Amino acid sequence: MRRVTLSVNGRTDTMEVDPQTPLLWLLRDALGLTGTKYGCGIGLCGACTVHLDGVAVRSCQIAAGSIGSRKITTIEGLSADASHPLQRAWIAEQVPQCGYCQSGQIMQAASLLAENPHPTTEQIEAAMSGNLCRCGTYQRIRRAIERAAAGG
Amino acid sequence: MLGFYWPSSRGSEEERVTAAGAWGPNAWLRITPDDRIEILAEKPELGQGAWTYSAMMVAEELEADWSTISVQQAPTIPSIYPGLHTGGSGGVAASFHHLRTVGAQARKLLLIAAAARWDVPLSECNARNGSILHVPTGRHLSYGELACAAARLTPPPLESVQLKPTNEFRCMGRPMPRVDVLSKVTGQARFGIDVHVPGMLHAVIARCPHFGGQVAHFDATASYGVPGVRMVFPVRPLPRRFNTAGGVAVVADSTWAALQGRAVLRVSWHQGRSGQESSERIHRLAVAGAEGAAIYVAVDRGDVRGALRSAATTWQADYESPFQAHATMEPMNTTVHVRGQTIEVWSPTQFADEIQAEIAALAGLAPERVTVHMTFSGGSFGRRYQWDYAAEAWQVAAQVRQPVQLLWTREDDMQHDFYRPYNYQRLRAGLDGSGYPVAWRTRVVTTPIAATNLYTDTVETPEKLRDPATIAALEWFGADVTPYAIDNCRIDYAPLESGVPRSWWRGVSSSYTPFAKECFIDELAHLAGRDPLQFRLDLLPEHEPAAKRLRAVLQLAADAAGWGTPLPERHGRGIACRWGSTVHAQVAEVRVLEDGTVKVLRVVAAVDCGLAVNPDGVRATIEGGINFGLTAALCAEITVEHGRVVQSNFHDYPVLRLHQAPQIDVHITPSVETPSGAGELGAMLIAPAVGNAVFAATGFRVRRLPIDARQLRRRPAASGAFQSASLPPNERAFDLS
Repeated sequence: MRRVTLSVNGRTDTMEVDPQTPLLWLLRDALGLTGTKYGCGIGLCGACTVHLDGVAVRSCQIAAGSIGSRKITTIEGLSADASHPLQRAWIAEQVPQCGYCQSGQIMQAASLLAENPHPTTEQIEAAMSGNLCRCGTYQRIRRAIERAAAGG
Repeated sequence: MLGFYWPSSRGSEEERVTAAGAWGPNAWLRITPDDRIEILAEKPELGQGAWTYSAMMVAEELEADWSTISVQQAPTIPSIYPGLHTGGSGGVAASFHHLRTVGAQARKLLLIAAAARWDVPLSECNARNGSILHVPTGRHLSYGELACAAARLTPPPLESVQLKPTNEFRCMGRPMPRVDVLSKVTGQARFGIDVHVPGMLHAVIARCPHFGGQVAHFDATASYGVPGVRMVFPVRPLPRRFNTAGGVAVVADSTWAALQGRAVLRVSWHQGRSGQESSERIHRLAVAGAEGAAIYVAVDRGDVRGALRSAATTWQADYESPFQAHATMEPMNTTVHVRGQTIEVWSPTQFADEIQAEIAALAGLAPERVTVHMTFSGGSFGRRYQWDYAAEAWQVAAQVRQPVQLLWTREDDMQHDFYRPYNYQRLRAGLDGSGYPVAWRTRVVTTPIAATNLYTDTVETPEKLRDPATIAALEWFGADVTPYAIDNCRIDYAPLESGVPRSWWRGVSSSYTPFAKECFIDELAHLAGRDPLQFRLDLLPEHEPAAKRLRAVLQLAADAAGWGTPLPERHGRGIACRWGSTVHAQVAEVRVLEDGTVKVLRVVAAVDCGLAVNPDGVRATIEGGINFGLTAALCAEITVEHGRVVQSNFHDYPVLRLHQAPQIDVHITPSVETPSGAGELGAMLIAPAVGNAVFAATGFRVRRLPIDARQLRRRPAASGAFQSASLPPNERAFDLS
């Protein structure tokens, strides 16, 4: 067990944990930030996607002790009021069905657009193909990203 | 939010008004003085849009202002809410009349209250957009302003209220935004896995991987060495009604500690009686079953044997699809708190009332002592019609005596699913001299659902499971050729023994019977040298109503897809259709790459589901069904070795990803007929549509799923679209002797 300090959504929390604990479980169990989901535990589904210093990562693959001072953003911290262009586009395209994977999808897409504001279809496919959706909302995800990239 | 409201079916005035001043004209609806309308949905929200269509049905008749509506899950009180479960694409049809009545009853009371307030005749008042209007004077009162007065009136019986004529619908039939969308783009939606109860512990179970096996020995010393691990104890397998594997539970302060405790648990297993089972053995038994005795004849029209014997041409083909997993994105989980003589359960389920009844029975309590909170489900597709995971959570919680959340990992979920049955179908047909099919025979062989799942609509007792009709009931549906006019038809069924748990999977038997039927129809069309669309249209009788609807959607899909227009080399289009209360047709356009990879470029779907209550919801669910079916058609399968599932996570059960998802265009036939379901349609037809498209592109006939790309490498493209000569050499007409 070790003292670990995490900066999540602009707030700093210090806790006594096993430093090997994946960030995913600290977010969910210790900090109550349940918008980040468990889906596979091996980095293959993207449901647990969060940002480390603005870049999308799989929180199930990041040990708490390895994060250091890097800033973590979860879906709860993406915007205060669902005003992020991707959240607005997700609503406009009526993307979610069950909704379970959508936090991870949106965080992945937000990282893509931050780096590349006008991605091609191929770039969208490359960036989003690590995020699974069993309800099959892929067509709408694609459209929502294109909509956000085009300015809403 | 209002105080929790326990409704009553009788509804005295006191019961109709909550402490917060909300008026509940009936158990499904509350109106507050500040004009908020809250709807209690019985149907669980699994992603299929149940909360939205439920709200639309109420809002339509209530003439409510949509922006004032919110929805929450109705509490699990089956005596008041008989519809706390959903399945078989039945939610919309089951809710349609009832929820409209709920809204209409409230509207009537609001009209009476307003007329009394103004002392004017009822006939001078209109309900519109959340207010009652006095037409001659233009005065109006909002529903909130009338709620207190309406609460003093005695509600008319639900059976007596008058519903709006369909041509006056203002809400239903228009695309409405989902009521849950905001919570699902902000991470605020609460699924079963997100439940947190003060003092809650976390549990996982190390389950016996061999179906029907059990724990031989375990040593928890290392588990107890993991900080945070509280308890390690055996969990017994529950009988077939639950079909749980049994194993060893590890209970800890956190999910991670529980997982670590399980990782170091030393446990050995007895394989049990299914230990020799393998996919290869099941396949061998199925091939034998295709010719052996049938236990049940589902359809027997005309004289199939005679018609086959006198046919000008005969044809036979076998179709096979493997076990499939549901692989919902949210793995199974349930949180349970056992407090002496009461139990509280939080579960992502599509069957809350059954969970209540089953846990009550396990605990020896009356059902009222078990409170079940139905949460959002992160996908279901039939999986959460089972209550195994909830029963396991109760087993753990009964030992722990404090709230505990049982989590299934992805590996648990993949290896202990209730799978879509393995199935093998042998089809035979005879064509007359003009190429018209005069005889059709299908033998359906499956590992039947009924043998591992006691609950069906027709099974109340284990004795009934010996009834062949009961066993066959869920296995062959969709194989009948109706409404194709083929005079001589026989469909029969033979079961396969297997220890692998099976259950409902999006479409149930109609997730595999159309694959065989609609691809075989395609084979016959090519055999006859006919266009597959025209061949189908010619088989549908001119004046039969079902056939007429089917012709319409076939033509709609074909026209929208550009059926018959030229395509580049190794591109092809395939068509498929199905008939039921909803009729549906799909055209898939594929490109087969040189390495054999099948790229589905576009799917055009046409559907006649009566009134599409929320057309955007119908579109979404058909898109989703197509993507779901594409995983089974192109990507993944469940195989069995040593009586256990080989696959364990998304690396070896690779579900469809975004770059593989085709363009999908959904066309909905305008209709004001009673609505019927759409949730399973997409998954039913995509495999035959793609299989037929692959044939058009390459001349290779797909008869086993998922499609094996190795078989499609470097094959020459079909030289002509409809030449039977392009069939691969293993095809043969069968020998009748």
